[in-house]
Amino acid sequence: MTKSQILFSIIIMAVCTLITRLLPFLIFPEHRKTPPLVTYLGAVLPYAIIGMLVVYCFKQVSFIQYPFGIPEMIGFLFVIFVHRWKHHLLLSIGGGTLFYMILIRFVF
Amino acid sequence: MMPAPLNQSKMTKPNPKIEAFKAAFPYSLPVMVGYVVLGIAFGIILTGKGFSWWLAPVMGLLIYAGSMQFVAVDLLSAVFNPFQIIIMTLTVNARHLFYGISMLDKFRSMGTKKPYMIFSLTDETYSLLCSAVPPKQADENWFYFFISLLDQIYWITGCTIGAIGGSFLHYDTTGIDFAMTALFIVIMVEQWESTSNHLPVITGIIVSIMNLILFGPKNFIIPSMVVIFLALVLFPKKFKSEISS
Repeated sequence: MTKSQILFSIIIMAVCTLITRLLPFLIFPEHRKTPPLVTYLGAVLPYAIIGMLVVYCFKQVSFIQYPFGIPEMIGFLFVIFVHRWKHHLLLSIGGGTLFYMILIRFVF
Repeated sequence: MMPAPLNQSKMTKPNPKIEAFKAAFPYSLPVMVGYVVLGIAFGIILTGKGFSWWLAPVMGLLIYAGSMQFVAVDLLSAVFNPFQIIIMTLTVNARHLFYGISMLDKFRSMGTKKPYMIFSLTDETYSLLCSAVPPKQADENWFYFFISLLDQIYWITGCTIGAIGGSFLHYDTTGIDFAMTALFIVIMVEQWESTSNHLPVITGIIVSIMNLILFGPKNFIIPSMVVIFLALVLFPKKFKSEISS
């Protein structure tokens, strides 16, 4: 690609990304009452989506090849345990990350 | 002298905007770690393919979508094909549609900040905005705005560091991207504790795992979204719940 093609491509990507973010706000503008179904979806979707995002984070993990996703699963349980125990954001995330990095270096 | 006591009370009263920043910053720290690390990875990959370093901050500023920018490196390395770029970008980012639906109410009263809030609605910012609760003395809208703004600053910073200095970094940072995973897990735990109905999150996990197995890591997000959407629409009574706390 030439330099102008690269810049043009970036602008296309920026505009298309913005469209995906803007569309719900265009379809359901402020001055009109949002349908109850959409309000319900807005309330319940975050819960379903966070489940999807957690799975998304593990999408590259192979469960049929060594180490069979074991370090990821231990890290996953570690973060849940630490967070339910202390409810300290940085401890859960920093500690969990450190724990996982040690696991993949020295254990698996 | 009437104005004096008025001024004094103004002085002692906490500034809601500053309080909002003070509250937003610690909330954004996990994203700082995650975005700087992922941004660096992006910068390294981009310049590794021979692109100029300044494209990294430009893309972080204009596109500002993590996974899309990684896909963008491949698209920019190929022959120029606007149609393919449009289709790819819309597909990779289709999940944003869901985020907007959940933010219709939260952004309603945000006035001039609203356009930026919409533009900057990434996965991570979305999950922070879902779970973050502003303290009483802070201005709610500024609190959300600062979370969004700080997140993008982290991302652009990461992209730039990676593009400029990435090749000089020789620390083994394998696995540090687990920070982002940990952030999502923490948010999931907090959401779990905030509601008595766990069916939505369980549905999200199971549906996504099944689609991941069926369609593979590159194509499972959209079918997952469709199935989650249908499940929620078809069985609202099962998913509805009183949010406690």
